[in-house]
This record gives sequence, structure tokens and C-alpha cells, in this order.
Amino acid sequence: MISMDLLLNAVVIGVLLGCFYAAVSLGLSVSFGLLGVPQVAHPAFLILASYGVFFLNDRYDIDPLLAGLLITPLLFLFGVAVYRLYYETFEKRGNDAGVRGIAFLFGIAFIVEVLIILQFGVDQRSVTASYIGKAWQIGNMRIPVRLIIAFAVASALTVFLALYLSRTFMGRAIRAVAQDQEALQLMGANPVKIKQWAFGIATAVLGIAGALLIIVAPIEPTLDRAYIGRTFCVVVMGGLGSMTGTLIAAIILGVAESIVLSTLGASWAPAISFAMLLGVLAIRPQGLLGRRS
Amino acid sequence: MRRNGIAFWVGAALFLVAVFAMTQVVRNQYPFFAGYVILQFIVLAVAWSILGGYAGYVNFGTSAFFGVGVYTAVFLVKATGAPLVVQIAAATIVGALLGFAVGLLTLRMQGIYFSIATIAISIVIETSVTNWRYVGGAAGIQIERPPVMELFNDYVQMLFFVQALLVVLAVTIARYIQKSWIGRGLQALRDDELAAECTGVPTLRLKLLACVISGALMCAAGAPAAMYVQYADPSSVFNLNYSVTVLAMALIGGTAHWMGPVLGAILLGVTQQVLAVTISSEVNVLVLGVMLVLFVVAAPEGILGLIRRASRGRAEGEA
Repeated sequence: MISMDLLLNAVVIGVLLGCFYAAVSLGLSVSFGLLGVPQVAHPAFLILASYGVFFLNDRYDIDPLLAGLLITPLLFLFGVAVYRLYYETFEKRGNDAGVRGIAFLFGIAFIVEVLIILQFGVDQRSVTASYIGKAWQIGNMRIPVRLIIAFAVASALTVFLALYLSRTFMGRAIRAVAQDQEALQLMGANPVKIKQWAFGIATAVLGIAGALLIIVAPIEPTLDRAYIGRTFCVVVMGGLGSMTGTLIAAIILGVAESIVLSTLGASWAPAISFAMLLGVLAIRPQGLLGRRS
Repeated sequence: MRRNGIAFWVGAALFLVAVFAMTQVVRNQYPFFAGYVILQFIVLAVAWSILGGYAGYVNFGTSAFFGVGVYTAVFLVKATGAPLVVQIAAATIVGALLGFAVGLLTLRMQGIYFSIATIAISIVIETSVTNWRYVGGAAGIQIERPPVMELFNDYVQMLFFVQALLVVLAVTIARYIQKSWIGRGLQALRDDELAAECTGVPTLRLKLLACVISGALMCAAGAPAAMYVQYADPSSVFNLNYSVTVLAMALIGGTAHWMGPVLGAILLGVTQQVLAVTISSEVNVLVLGVMLVLFVVAAPEGILGLIRRASRGRAEGEA
């Protein structure tokens, strides 16, 4: 039996970690949850963004969060290009994107992974900033400042994206295209342009998310494989495209991982997200807060 | 049809004779090391396409079945010192059971959900093996080869021949399924699962059967790998690379016919062996990704589709 202190500590760390997981899953919630693209390359793009942040921090000594903002426009264009290719190849021809769409995106993920290895090597990389390595002492708990930063920025990012999707014209258009593409077309709007924009946004938020990833812990090129489980677990459990759902699901995952980490040990941690994902898919495929049938 | 069948069996027999003759004549060890890997991938790709190709369920859990095959062999060697035949037989049974369990759990999901679920199963099994001390845990385990059978000069040559037998077995099964009511049912449910169900095709039972056969073959292909490398560790045998490589081979070759995955496995397998020797293993993965993307975009039906289109074009040109 573990002590109350330890459990409380694990829960607090888990909530902070969970908000961070929400930040890295937001893009997938848009691309997979709203647009229905099986974006298995999302975690690979996340790691790519992290390496972009690493490069700017290492070479020019730019603060990781600022570096994340700087690469955001590039990521947006990259996302638009990937969606364009995906659309021209699969959606436009109207044939089953299912099998080959997933294979295509997995191929892209592998190419990104190898290019990172060829450029940066397989060693772990991390960034330097004044707040990394410090910790706050609250009662009996020691909370690393980098986790608090990740928590604050991730929460802000989640709120920002939720507001964008519900309040702005483009955001509402994105949700409209997710609900009924044909109706939108009949209203004279171009659904492909909107989806392209949405996919760009989904990839652009990886700039900040990637910065948080490398602030929270060192990264390596094959880290994306662990995040396939985490991000899909969060998005599916959160109910495909719901930002609030994504946040709640991410916190559940964070707390579960944190508790397992402090009881069973680190060697069981990789299986947590995948096991939860399996459970959700088997029992309640529409997610915790899902609305779709 | 009948002549076709005779040609197939003669071809299979010639293939086995050629492989056996090679083990008796060729002295250089390298062809066997490289050839074994290619044969192993042929078995995996053919097995994959029974569920992935005929039924259209994109299984990303090849590494789970392969890894379980390897570790079944490892466990048997450590616990009882069982001979290779027993290892493979046991792996086949374990694979069939695992296929049944995986099928029950996941085959009601469709499209990407099925694919993601199979990745999840692979990682969950990998993590369990990592925490299983008896078979070496995360650090892996070394295995000693027993003395080789008298027929062969060297253990790897024997494994090469055994894997060739598995190739013939896998292709025979895939060919039978393709021609029988099982294959027709699977194709019907791939095209439209609801329509197939409504017209009386027992879709769930057919998918389960495909998953069981596919899983059993994949595990069987994995079992000799323990003796081949003389070492096993969870992060390499459960590597996602196996899943994507095998899927790429099947898609590159074409999934409509059992020849497709064979052709794809030979093409991609040979390319990778050449690249691994001449350049590096990272470039290997790069080529895998590039070829997968190229074929999916430019040749959706794979090599088979290209051949069919070429021969149709020639026929039209002559007419």
C-alpha cells in the first residue's frame, strides 16, 4: 500500500502531465476527430516540431517557447501541403482512403523519423532555459517548474483552440465541414479549402506542443511511437473533436500514468495509454464525451 | 483450373528442391543469412494479406504475432530444450489462439480503429514480455543453438530450408483461401460489409477464421528467428518496423492475389538486404517509407496492378 502523500503527489503530477498530453493531442483532435483523416503521422510531426525547437535553441539560443512560436507558420504550410497531397491522392478520387490512406500516412511518418535520425542522430536531445531544472516546494511536494510551465501553456493553448473553433468564423466553418460537408457545399463554400486550413491549424499547434514536449523531457527520434498511443488514446477517449473531452481524457491518462509510474514502476508505463485505448475502443468506441453514433 | 493446380505443385516442389540443393552446394554463408530474412518476410507478407488483403482489415499487429512466435520458441528452449519442430508447432498453436483472442477483441472495429487497436495490442504484449524476468526482460536473452541435423552442414542453412517450407505452406494456404468460399466471403465483406452480412455471409466468423490463420502463420514464421539471431529482446522483436515493412510488402506487391505479397516481399526484401550491406540500416527505413508512399500514391493496385495494366495495354495495341 502506498502512502497518502505519495498518492497525492502522483495525482498532482498526473494532472499537470495530463494538461500537457492535451496540448500534444489537440491537433489530432482536429485532424482525426473533426476531419476524419487517420493522421497516424501526427506524433511524428510533433517530434519534428520538437527537433525544430531544439535546433533553434541549440544554434541561436532562442527560448524554447519562442522557438515553438517561430516555427508555427512553417508547420502550418507543411500541414496544408500534406493535406493537399492526401486529398489529391485519396479523397478526391473517392476511393477507399481507409487502407491506403493509413499506409500513406505511416509512410510519411517513417520518412520524417529517418530524416530526423540522419540529421540529428539517435541520441537524446534537450533544450536549455532558465526555468528547466528548478522545482517548487509546496508542503511535502516538489513540483518541477518545467511541468508547471507545460501545464500553464498547455491549458492556455487548449482554451485558445476551443475558443477559436467556437467563436471565430473559420472555426465554425471547420466544425460545419465536420458535421455536414455536402450542406456546406450547397451553401456555396469550398469544403476542401476549409479542411486544408483546418489541417494546417492542426499541424501548426504542434509548434508550441513540440516546445512543451522537449521542455518536459529529453527527446529522441523514435519517441513518436509512444505518442501514437497517448494521442490516439486521448482523442478517442475524449470523443473525437471535442476540446473539453480532449482535456478531460488527457488528465485521466496523465493521472493513470503517474500512478502506475509511482507504484508498478517505469517499465509498465508504455502500456498504460495503449491499454486504455484498447479498453475504450472495445467498450465505448464513441468516447467518454462522444456524441457520434 | 486443373492445369493451373499441377503447375503450382510442380513449381512448389522445384522451389524446395532448388533451396535444398543450394544448402548442399553453396559454401558461402552470406546467401543463407540474407535469404532467410527474405523468406521470413514472404511468409509474413502472405500471412498478413489473408486478413489485410482479402478482408481489407489493416493489421498493424504483425510485430505482436512475430514477437510472440519468437518468445514462444525462447520459452520452450529455456524451459524444456525442445527441438525446432516443436518450437514451430507450439508457436503455430499459440499464434492461432492469439489470433482468436485479438479477433474477438478487435474485429468489430472498422478502418483506422482496428489498425490502432492492433498497434495497441502489440505494445501491451511487448510491455508484458519486457516485465517477464524468466525470458530475460528488457535486457533480452541469449540462446545456444543445438547441434545441427546431419542433412545440413550448418544451422543457418537448415533454418533457411525450414523457412522455405513455411513459405510453401503459407502460399498453399493463401492460395486455397483465395479460391475457396472463404476468400469469396472475405472479398464480399471487404467491398461492403453490411451488404455481405445482409446476404447471409457470416462476416464475423469469416474474419475470425482469417485472423486465426494469419496469426498462426505469422507466429510460425517468428519461431525460428530466435535460433537464427541466437538472441531475443522485446524492443527489437516487437518493433513496429516489422508491421509496417510487412504491410508495405503486401501493398507494393498487390493484395488481390497470393502472388502479390510474394513479389512485394522479394522486391522490398532484396532491396533492403542490398542497402543494409552497402549503406546503412537507417537508409533502409527511409527506402521503406518512400516506396510505401510512392506505391500507395502512384500504383494503388501494386506490382500486380501494373503488370495487369501493361498486359492489357499490349493486348489493345495488338488488336
